[in-house]
This record gives sequence, C-alpha cells and structure tokens, in this order.
Amino acid sequence: MRFNKALRSLFIVLFSTLIISACSTAKKAADPLKNDVYTGTDTVEYLANGVPDRVFFATNKFNLTTAARDTLRKQATWLRKNKKITVTIEGHADERGTREYNLALGERRANSAKDYLMTYGVSGKRLSVISYGKERPVNPASSPLAWSQNRRSVTVKAN
Amino acid sequence: MKKIFFIFLFFIISFKNAYSLIKVDITRGNLDPLPIAISPLHVDSKSEKLSLFDTDKLGEEISKVIEQNFRSTGLFNPLKKDSFVQKPDIAHLKPRFEDWRLIKAQALITGKVLIKNKKLKVEFRLWDTIASKEMIALSFTTTPPNWRRVAHIISDKVYERLTGESGYFDTRIIYVSETGPKDRRIKKLGLMDQDGYNTKYLTLGNELVLTPRFNPTNQLVTYMSYFKNMPRVYLLDIETGIQEVVGSFPGMTFAPRFSPDGKKIIMSFAKDGNSDIYTMDLKTRIVEKITNHPSIDTSPSYSPDGKFICFNSDRSGVQQIYVMRSDGTQVKRITFGTGLYGTPVWSPRGDLIAFTKVRKGRFYIGVMRADGTGERLLTENFYQEAPSWSPNGRVLIFYRETKSGSKGEGFSAKLWSIDITGYNERQIKTETDASDPSWSSLLSK
Repeated sequence: MRFNKALRSLFIVLFSTLIISACSTAKKAADPLKNDVYTGTDTVEYLANGVPDRVFFATNKFNLTTAARDTLRKQATWLRKNKKITVTIEGHADERGTREYNLALGERRANSAKDYLMTYGVSGKRLSVISYGKERPVNPASSPLAWSQNRRSVTVKAN
Repeated sequence: MKKIFFIFLFFIISFKNAYSLIKVDITRGNLDPLPIAISPLHVDSKSEKLSLFDTDKLGEEISKVIEQNFRSTGLFNPLKKDSFVQKPDIAHLKPRFEDWRLIKAQALITGKVLIKNKKLKVEFRLWDTIASKEMIALSFTTTPPNWRRVAHIISDKVYERLTGESGYFDTRIIYVSETGPKDRRIKKLGLMDQDGYNTKYLTLGNELVLTPRFNPTNQLVTYMSYFKNMPRVYLLDIETGIQEVVGSFPGMTFAPRFSPDGKKIIMSFAKDGNSDIYTMDLKTRIVEKITNHPSIDTSPSYSPDGKFICFNSDRSGVQQIYVMRSDGTQVKRITFGTGLYGTPVWSPRGDLIAFTKVRKGRFYIGVMRADGTGERLLTENFYQEAPSWSPNGRVLIFYRETKSGSKGEGFSAKLWSIDITGYNERQIKTETDASDPSWSSLLSK
C-alpha cells in the first residue's frame, strides 16, 4: 500500500493531469471515507515527492487521525530537511456548519496540524496559521464525499 | 447621509380618534389579511418636471412601493387598483366611504404629491372606511431622490397605526453579495433598502468579506475581512468609506457585533486554536476578555439592555447556546434539544433569541425565549443560517443555500425572510447571490 502511494505520487509529478483523472476513476471503486474521514488522494497535492500537503478530519472534529499524523510526520521530516522553507497551514471546514463556528473550527484544525509539526521538531516561527472556515471548498459538490475532502488542513509553502 | 436624508415631518392633524375599529392582530399567523386600498397619490398639476423621474407618474410609483411593503407583511391584502372608483384627488379630499366599502376595503390610503422649488412634498391620509373616519394625516418635505424613502415612512406610519407596533420599512439591509463559482466566490459588502432597491456595493471584492453588522445609528458597519490575508474584524464608516481594523490582535478576529449603546464591538479572537469572546471599546481601545474556556466560544450577541450576552460554544462537546452576564459571569447553557445550535441573536424587544439549529442534516431557523424555553422552529431547509431581526422584532431575515451538483452547479445563496409566527416566508430580491444579511434599525425614528 505504501509502495503504491509512493509510486502514484511519482506518477502525479510526471504526468499530473492524466494520472489524476485515472486515479479518480480508480478511486471510485474503493470507499474513500472511513469513519467520516476522507482516505483517498484525489484532491491531495504534494509538497515534495511522497509528502502529501493535507490531512482530513471528521465532521465537527479537529483531532488528528492515524493517517493524518503519518502525513504530518512526513511534512515535519521534509521541513526539518528544508530549513529555509516557511509554510502557512490553512484550516478548512465543510459547508454543513454555521459560518462563524466554521471559522473557529478551521482555526482549530490548522492548529492541530501546527502543534503536531512542532512536536516533531519544526519551529513554530516557520508555521503560520489561517482559517478559511467554509469559504474555500476544494470540491464544490454537496455530497458526503465532497464534504469529507473539504474538512482539511493544508500545508502551503509561504516562501 | 443623515443630512441628505433629513426629512421634515409635519402633523397636519394629529390623531383625532383615540381608538379605531380596525386593528390588525400580528401576534399570530394571519390567514385573513386586512383588505387595504392604496390609492395612487394625486400629483399636483403645479408640480415641476424633473429629469430624475416622470413627475406625472410619481404618485402612482409611491403607491406601488407602499403596496409592495404591505403585501410583503402577509398581514394586509392590498386591493387591485382597477377596482377603484374614486379619482385620487377627490378621494384624498373626502373619500366616498361606501364606494370603498363596496370593494371590501377596510382601510384606505390617499395622498398628494407636489414638486416645488426642487423640493418634494408628499402628504397622505389613512382612512377607516368602516367607521368613515380619518386615522392619520401627515405631510413630508424632502429632496426628490428620496421619494422611495417617503413611501417607506408612510408605510411605517400606517403599519404602526393599524397594528400598534412600530414598522420596519424605512430600513436597510447590509449583506454579503456573492458572485463567481462556489469554490472561488467573490464577496462584497452590499447595502440596499429593505425592499431590495438602491443597492450599493461598499467593497470591491478584492478580498473576502463576511458577516457585516450595523451599529445602532446605522452609520457604521463592523465586518470581517481577509485584507492582506489577515482575517480580522473591521469597522467601516458608510458615509466616508473609511475602513479600519478593530484592535491589534495577533490572530484571527471574527463574528463581530456592536453593543446596544454602540460603544463596543464584541467578537471572537482565535489564539492557538482556541476562540474566546472579547470586547473592544471603540473610544478608549480597551480590550476585555469575556470568556475564558478551551472550547470554541463565538457568535456573541448582546441583549438590548446590554446586561447579557448570548453566544455559541461547544464546551459541552457540541455547539450549544449559552447566556451570560455581559462581564462574562454566570454562564448558563440554555439549549438542550437534540441537534446543534448556532448563531444566537437577541431580539430587539429582548424577549426572544433567534438561532440556527442543525438536526439530522437539516437546517432550521427558530426562536426561543431568552431562558431557552418555548423553542419554535420556523423553517426547515437543506442549508440556512444567520437570522437577523427586523427592528420591531416581528420578522427574521436569513440566508439559504441550495444543494449543488458534482461540479458545484445549481448552487445559489439567497436572502429570505419569515415572520416569527412561522408564516409568510419569502425571498428578498437581491441583484446578486447574497448571504449574511443584517437588518438596520429604523432610519427615521
């Protein structure tokens, strides 16, 4: 499975559009939602080879899943190797909550990711946080799948 | 704005009758709306012609605005004008009540318009056709571009006389105008009259703006902006266009509202993932932390006397509504029903709190008493939230979003209003998609 993922990310770098469409077809067969958390890779981009940029959350939750911690450890390793890079962690919520609460929730999710990166040795000075609440969905559909893809925190290079 | 909109008000004859036979009960859903005849206002032949509008048609236009206002209440049934037998000028002098009774009108509005020396003078009378009596007679002088406001003020006076409650027609709505695809929405502050006319955009759409709210005098707006990618609470002076960030918080501030005296802004500040409620005094700049809890505390709203604050917190594990004293003490949870509760807003009368409720994937707008009892859900939909009160506490405006398809198609956000009786749900016309509406107080008090 891990080998598969690494291979896939390599392909994405090489032939992005072609493979993304292939992935989404392939992914439809498997169930991309586990306990209300998105487990697929359709919307995922990569900070570097094998370093996914985002983690996903359950509805109204901000705690990190095992998969999210795994991704963040990869990000931490990458950040420790690339000391000049600073990042912004963007926290997002799905469209199924009130706007103001979702702003707070997005902030909490981004901070969950930030705290974890700091635990793994990344200086807080290199990590800034912004919440977009439900304002910037990655998938504009109104479906449980889209909502799960939108409940996310995304680590974005800031420099 | 105050200068331009200053309106002279003269009482020709004050209320001759201390009582009237017609009375509209607005405390329950009105299934039998009061038939009211709104005669086109007579245009005085001595009136000057202006390029602004067709002077000859002004009387009719004013009556149409009044008619639309009354129709929108659901409490009145404005009668069709083609059934009117009396000419506007004659009716205004002395209606033949039996003619109006014949078409079942119980109340009649007549009026006269005169434009002289570039001033617009409008007088109107409200008649009780059953008792054959005049109920109000008033006259206004203003600048001609203000003609719609005159129609709204007349509507308020008549509404007040017939229902015993203050009106809400001479008011505005501040809201967020939305354009563009769902995942890249362009949002601007929009300002319009309560009936959807005279729309102005107060920001250009370069940055995301959210949740605008008026101060008590309707001259300032507090809102949230992502200017320079720093989500903060801002203050905007509508007249001058001057904007400033509120306070110097080292992180996101959001969910702002004014205190009822207009002196403070209450809002949430998110620090290290924890949102608490703060106030800032606009004059002294003194910041006070009101809640101190590791949960999300947001959407604060003062009681009209300023003594209490209702707010949204997930300290119990899920979003619920709480009430506390305005100094942050005596925090009390007031919602215990199944589902989540958000966006509490205290009624201007002080008796009710409006809210959004989420249960089994459906969204409700409801009201409850300030102690959490007497919950009534007024409307249910796929997605709707953020109620705001009409200044008389009888109507709520909120926004509703539709379900979208796999590419975001079919998505829309619109403003809706509903009476607190649960009747008379209707969409408010806006030029673009719209969300986060906030109702002003009466512009002329």
